[in-house]
Amino acid sequence: MFNRDRWIEIIEALNANKLRTLLTAFGVFWGIFILVALLALTNGLRNGATANFANSATNSMFMWGQSTSVPYKGMNKGRRVQFKLADVEVLKEKMPSLKYVSPRQQLGGYQGANNVTRDEKTGAFQVNGDYPEYIYQQYMDIVKGRWLNYSDIQKEMKSAVIGTDVVKSLYDIGEEPIGTYIKLQGVNFKVVGVFENPNTQGDSEEEANTIFIPFTSFAKAFNTADNVQWMAITAHDDVSITDVKEQVLSIMREQRSVHPDDKRAIGNFDRAELFAKFTGLFDILSFVGYFVGALVLLSGGIGISNIMLIVVKERTNEIGVRRALGATPWAIKSQILQESIVLTLISGLAGIAFSAGLIWFMNYFLDNNGPVENFANPSVNIVVVVIALIILSIAGLLAGFIPASRATTMKPVDALRTE
Amino acid sequence: MIEITNLQKSYVTGNTSLHVLKGIDFSVKEGELVSIMGSSGSGKSTLLNILGMLDEADQGTYMLDNTPIKNLNEKIAAQYRNKFLGFIFQSFNLINYKTAVDNVALPLYYQKVGRKERDEKAMHYLEKVGLADWANHLPNQLSGGQKQRVAIARALASDPKVLLADEPTGALDTKTSYEVMELIQGINEEGRTILIVTHEPDIAEMTKRVVNLKDGRIIDDRLVNQIKASAHV
Ligand SMILES: Nc1ncnc2c1ncn2[C@@H]1O[C@H](COP(=O)(O)OP(=O)(O)OP(=O)(O)O)[C@@H](O)[C@H]1O
Ligand SMILES: [Mg+2]
Repeated sequence: MFNRDRWIEIIEALNANKLRTLLTAFGVFWGIFILVALLALTNGLRNGATANFANSATNSMFMWGQSTSVPYKGMNKGRRVQFKLADVEVLKEKMPSLKYVSPRQQLGGYQGANNVTRDEKTGAFQVNGDYPEYIYQQYMDIVKGRWLNYSDIQKEMKSAVIGTDVVKSLYDIGEEPIGTYIKLQGVNFKVVGVFENPNTQGDSEEEANTIFIPFTSFAKAFNTADNVQWMAITAHDDVSITDVKEQVLSIMREQRSVHPDDKRAIGNFDRAELFAKFTGLFDILSFVGYFVGALVLLSGGIGISNIMLIVVKERTNEIGVRRALGATPWAIKSQILQESIVLTLISGLAGIAFSAGLIWFMNYFLDNNGPVENFANPSVNIVVVVIALIILSIAGLLAGFIPASRATTMKPVDALRTE
Repeated sequence: MIEITNLQKSYVTGNTSLHVLKGIDFSVKEGELVSIMGSSGSGKSTLLNILGMLDEADQGTYMLDNTPIKNLNEKIAAQYRNKFLGFIFQSFNLINYKTAVDNVALPLYYQKVGRKERDEKAMHYLEKVGLADWANHLPNQLSGGQKQRVAIARALASDPKVLLADEPTGALDTKTSYEVMELIQGINEEGRTILIVTHEPDIAEMTKRVVNLKDGRIIDDRLVNQIKASAHV
């Protein structure tokens, strides 16, 4: 159907009125450009936002004790809830659907008072007493040395794994931190590892400013006995943490003698729920992108159809001449259909190429100027592009259909009489 | 070559019906050069269009080269037009974005002749009408007479049985008209059947037979002594 002669015919016809061809093409060009660009931007936002989750197990929740708000079993409200290490065991035992339950004790923190010293150097860092599982819940790159292990826990070793920012403040450039000692509120700990947060966005600074020590050594060094400040809980992959959250909380209320309806006594943060909210938001954004893009594309298609109708009307006489010279109705129809498809496809491809250029430029800019908050790697799925192209071809076909049949319904004599 | 009997045609516009051809009986033998004359509105073009299968008669029979032309679908009609007929129009009807040679090659394109052969044949016919040097010109770069000669070359390109010309000299001045007629006479000399609609007596004199139409009927059909156009040029 598309031999060389046909191409020449089509190109000649499209060339015969360049301005009109361009304006028609622009409608479809713009439609597909908007569609692809919108989807790329949405994806960029999605990638940016989910990068904040990328290095953590999203099927996780965190909880900590607050104050009771309902009197219970003869105890007044306003009592502080203190988790104990035994609670962890109870949770693990009663809830096999949980993969990790990591208790934590914590000291100091972001912008707090100086609590860490090494020789003359001092700094204010967050000190976490953790269990080794924690690294599966919040991924970290161990750039030097090692992460905490169960031997540290059992032997209550004074080991510390420190963030790269801690290294920057406490060590000279080129100095080897592994094997050195730092003082955490006066207690000496030996540095066994350095971690870096692979998550380069959001709160990375805070994270890299942290020192991890074994939970048991924390309890011993700072006399916190079996107190637990905070728990990070991750469910198995086939269970949603959001679904079992209430169960976890009610076990904890029972453990801590909190009224079953006292919602405020135990604070919690559901990362899975937040993640779902984020993805839901971006699903909506994507949908809006598809919807708006499809509408613009549709109007481009209608534009092509309209222009093809005008073209057919303007070329009525020419079509009459061609039929007098022996063009069959199908020859006329297929030429108009092909003109329409070619016009649609070429302008669509131009739109795709142009938006690809834009996406490339955005990525180039991001690569050169460093990451932007909540925006990363704008891109579109190649499948979406292929689908858009198929839709374009169909749109071109449909757009040409009415004009094509209009072109051959007239008797040749009437077509010839039209000027 | 052409055999028609009791050909009738009415145009219906709204609720008025105009009876244009009121029963035409008429035949043309191979190699004839016939002119159809008559006052304006007498139905000359209507008749020619029916002969050209561009329009359909309401009644009557039409045989073209022993093929009955009746109730053809558009596809067959198009193929017959391509194979049997060549058209020459008063307003030339060249395709304005195609060069002279591409215009001439167009009937061959619809015959699915290959590009090379098409171009060769088209050049051959352009040479025949004396326009080989203008092959790559667009129609708007040609004079009226040249355009009509390109149109004649195009009509000849598919080697049709019959040439149908509706006032081929209607848009040309006298001198150019005679040049075109000289060309037509030459083509006829080679044995091709040609029908010309005209209302100019001097053009009719250059054919071999004059058919006079009046109010949708043939009132006169006579052979004439052909005047050679070359005598006037
Ligand atoms: N498509 C049409 N619809 C209605 N009436 C028509 C149509 N075509 C032609 N007529 C009428 O039919 C009659 C014959 O027209 P035709 O074109 O055959 O005349 P003609 O002999 O060729 O005239 P002229 O010398 O002016 O070209 C005219 O009265 C014309 O108005
Ligand atoms: Mg006429």
